[in-house]
Amino acid sequence: MSTVQRLRAPEAHRGNAVHAGAWWLWALGLAVAASRTGNPLLLGLIIAVAGYVVAVRRTDAPWARSYAVFVKLGLAVLVIRLVFAVLLGSPIGGTHILFTLPEVPLPGWAQGIRLGGRVSAESLLFALYDGLTLATLLICVGAANALANPARLLKSLPGALYEAGVAVVVAMTFAPHFVADVSRLRAARRLRGRGDRGLRSLLQVGLPVLEGALERSVALAAAMDARGYGRSASVPRGVRRTTSALTLGGLLGVCAGTYGLLAAEGARYGMPLLLLGLAAALTGLRLGGRRAVRTRYRPDRFGARSWLVAASGAAVAALTVRAAGYAPEAMRPGVVPLTAPELPLWPALGLLAGLLPAFVAPVPVRAPAKESS
Amino acid sequence: MIRFDNVSVVYDGAPAPALSGVDLAVPEGELALLVGPSGVGKSTLLGAVSGLVPHFTGGTLRGRVTVGGRDTRDHPPRELADLVGTVGQDPLSHFVTDTVEDELAYGMESLGLPADTMRRRVEETLDLLGLADLRDRPIASLSGGQQQRVAIGSVLTPHPRVLVLDEPTSALDPAAAEEVLAVLQRLVHDLGTTILLAEHRLERVIQYADQVIVLPTPAATPLTGTPPEMMAISPVYPPVVSLGRLAGWTPLPLSVRDARRQASPLREQLAGVTLDETPTTLWAGVPHGGTGGHSGPQPSTPDAPRAKAGIRHALFRRKQTPPPAGGHPAELTNVTVRRNRTEALRNLTLKIAPGETIALMGRNGAGKSTLLRTLTGLHTPTTGTVRVGGEPPKDTPPKTLLRRTGLVPQDPRDLLYADTVAAECAAADKDAGAPRGTARALVTTLLPDITDDTHPRDLSEGQRLALALAVILTAKPALILLDEPTRGLDYAAKHRLATVLKQLAAEGHAIVLATHDVELAAELAHRVVILAEGEVVADGPMAEVVVSSPAFAPQVTKILGTGPWLTVPQIRRALEAAA
Repeated sequence: MSTVQRLRAPEAHRGNAVHAGAWWLWALGLAVAASRTGNPLLLGLIIAVAGYVVAVRRTDAPWARSYAVFVKLGLAVLVIRLVFAVLLGSPIGGTHILFTLPEVPLPGWAQGIRLGGRVSAESLLFALYDGLTLATLLICVGAANALANPARLLKSLPGALYEAGVAVVVAMTFAPHFVADVSRLRAARRLRGRGDRGLRSLLQVGLPVLEGALERSVALAAAMDARGYGRSASVPRGVRRTTSALTLGGLLGVCAGTYGLLAAEGARYGMPLLLLGLAAALTGLRLGGRRAVRTRYRPDRFGARSWLVAASGAAVAALTVRAAGYAPEAMRPGVVPLTAPELPLWPALGLLAGLLPAFVAPVPVRAPAKESS
Repeated sequence: MIRFDNVSVVYDGAPAPALSGVDLAVPEGELALLVGPSGVGKSTLLGAVSGLVPHFTGGTLRGRVTVGGRDTRDHPPRELADLVGTVGQDPLSHFVTDTVEDELAYGMESLGLPADTMRRRVEETLDLLGLADLRDRPIASLSGGQQQRVAIGSVLTPHPRVLVLDEPTSALDPAAAEEVLAVLQRLVHDLGTTILLAEHRLERVIQYADQVIVLPTPAATPLTGTPPEMMAISPVYPPVVSLGRLAGWTPLPLSVRDARRQASPLREQLAGVTLDETPTTLWAGVPHGGTGGHSGPQPSTPDAPRAKAGIRHALFRRKQTPPPAGGHPAELTNVTVRRNRTEALRNLTLKIAPGETIALMGRNGAGKSTLLRTLTGLHTPTTGTVRVGGEPPKDTPPKTLLRRTGLVPQDPRDLLYADTVAAECAAADKDAGAPRGTARALVTTLLPDITDDTHPRDLSEGQRLALALAVILTAKPALILLDEPTRGLDYAAKHRLATVLKQLAAEGHAIVLATHDVELAAELAHRVVILAEGEVVADGPMAEVVVSSPAFAPQVTKILGTGPWLTVPQIRRALEAAA
């Protein structure tokens, strides 16, 4: 009993929180897996895995509610992809014609574009698989958003990026204020005997809302100044230049490398480029950090549970990439000829590794904790 | 600790200096209180201590300001951050992070304190301010008093030797204000912190002050001295001082306790006098100020000249029904209002009669604003009915509703859209369908010296409130609602507001004011309704309801203990009548 009891996930509090970066790594692992397969059964499994972890480990915080938004966004992408496939046709031919739309004749310069025409089951299925991949990617991002506190993530940025991080945090807290201002002022129009609905009312409150936001920003800037924001140490010029070069170059490398990894063609050069870029960027940031005199209050630690969360994502990604190597046809079921997709056993089991966080991450406390043993 | 040597401040483009000839010194470990009417430069003086004036605001500072030996000329605010903690008027615009614990740590992070020191100080501050249970809460979900405590805590953690506070209690209910002041006193006593604070509500803070700095008029030389000395000559003073001056008590009492010790002769003198008149008639005898009384706008008739008489407008006007004469301007029956999952109002029943002034009191978040907003149709009741002028306000078209009820919101800026006072008045006339010039005439009555081309945002708090009130009054609503009208108002502005409201009540307007200001409520209200958690917990005449309440009783009631006495003017009249 004792071992099981000890290994059970504890209640979450600030001290044992899973590092926000670990949640993002986990979600990116799932996203990489999603990008490597077009099998709707596997994609569905990824969505289920992400959904389950979110359901059992998210908090009541405002950012945690964004998951639903991302799911809806994913559905919208899927629907749009299908509508486009129906209207614009698809390069996938196919013999199973479902229905025929009237075709709009287009002038000569628009050759190659088709509006309407025959819609085949194959082309719809292809669009469905494709759209589902995109939707799964979005849902993975949504899961990371719901599980990782964005402010905490920004706090774990290197010192050199701290100022950018504060800007983002301030913007994030301002957005709700801004929305509240707009609705409050629109409501107040009623008190002046004017309509509180419609575009007109929105436009008329625009100026007062902007004025209010500006006033608040100035007050916040004064408060931040008085609280020591922007105290910095002086750094020689050469170091500053090297910092900029390393950071920019590194970030470019990271972008190119990530593209290589996600786009199926460039797996060979993707990984080395990504690693090189990361190294350069990290060195740059480390150098840049010399200017900052700040310290960090209770930074999230990358503890054992965070490592497990990150590792589960990495495992999912690695297993799927490998499966795409040895069983390409199972991972990307063809649509011509029309066949039902099969669930490949081993890749599916590999995806289940993504469920690990549901067992190791600390359990969020929803209701106020009661006195109990 | 804080020293001003012949300091004057001129803002760019301003015709007159904001401060001039300021010489003062606040020794270490003292609580200095800065008092004076609105617009005399209190905020400028406070800003000069933290270095925000002139480094952040611009303008020219002459003379020398030193804090803890550092000259603010050479030290911008961020270099003073370890020495001076500043909290402005609005705590919400002070917060940089989103949770309590992070906010407390933010200042220390900027100063680069070691991690273990930060951890220790955050825990100490959480205990000192009683915030331990709230440590993980998002700041946006806290009440006003809690936010103010977090704001103070956030500047305390770097252990500043000087604390500068601008109206720390003006937005708080009496209990929350006590809470904050208790913390300040503890800082002065236990940690030897030097505190400089500006506050309009002297009745709350004067007893804690070691030194009072009076700024009598703009750009005048400030006077400094002990609280009793200064209160004898200050243009602004709390009711306890007013009573002391009236009764000729020496030394001048500053706290209710001091006053009560000297009050027994007055109590005996008043024992024979009975307040046989109800407050209403008592007020009817009050002269209506020197403005000749405002007669209110003439109700417009369909054939009154209008700038643009659209057909729709004209049709609309004919359909509108006047509020039934003699009926209640507003009635709430078993109203419950839910916002998300919380019940902001629960099973509330209230009838508002014409000519009646109701003070709505209760702690922050008790549902006062929700009640006012429900009366204007901004919230729909979940159950129960609301009738304003006989109809549910939610379904009343805004044009008609305007004549039945008008709300001046907590921030009057919400009501003001135009970029000059003249444009605002013209818009108000048009909205209300009143003859041109109505709103402007009202503004002139309320604010004699205001020019047409002033931008509403450049007005002081009191002036802005008066402008918003004038805009609302243009349509002559039967029910006037005011949400927290005295926030940021000095005694003179409060007095002008009270005079205007009394006139309106005498003309038959029903007035509901949600307020934390017990002194204003005592002066104005016929009836007090106290809300707690969305329910009415007390409803009755002011004198009966507040007499035994430690939080809601006005100072005069606390001092005299027995009898129907609420305000100093009442006692003055009673003494005159007896003489």
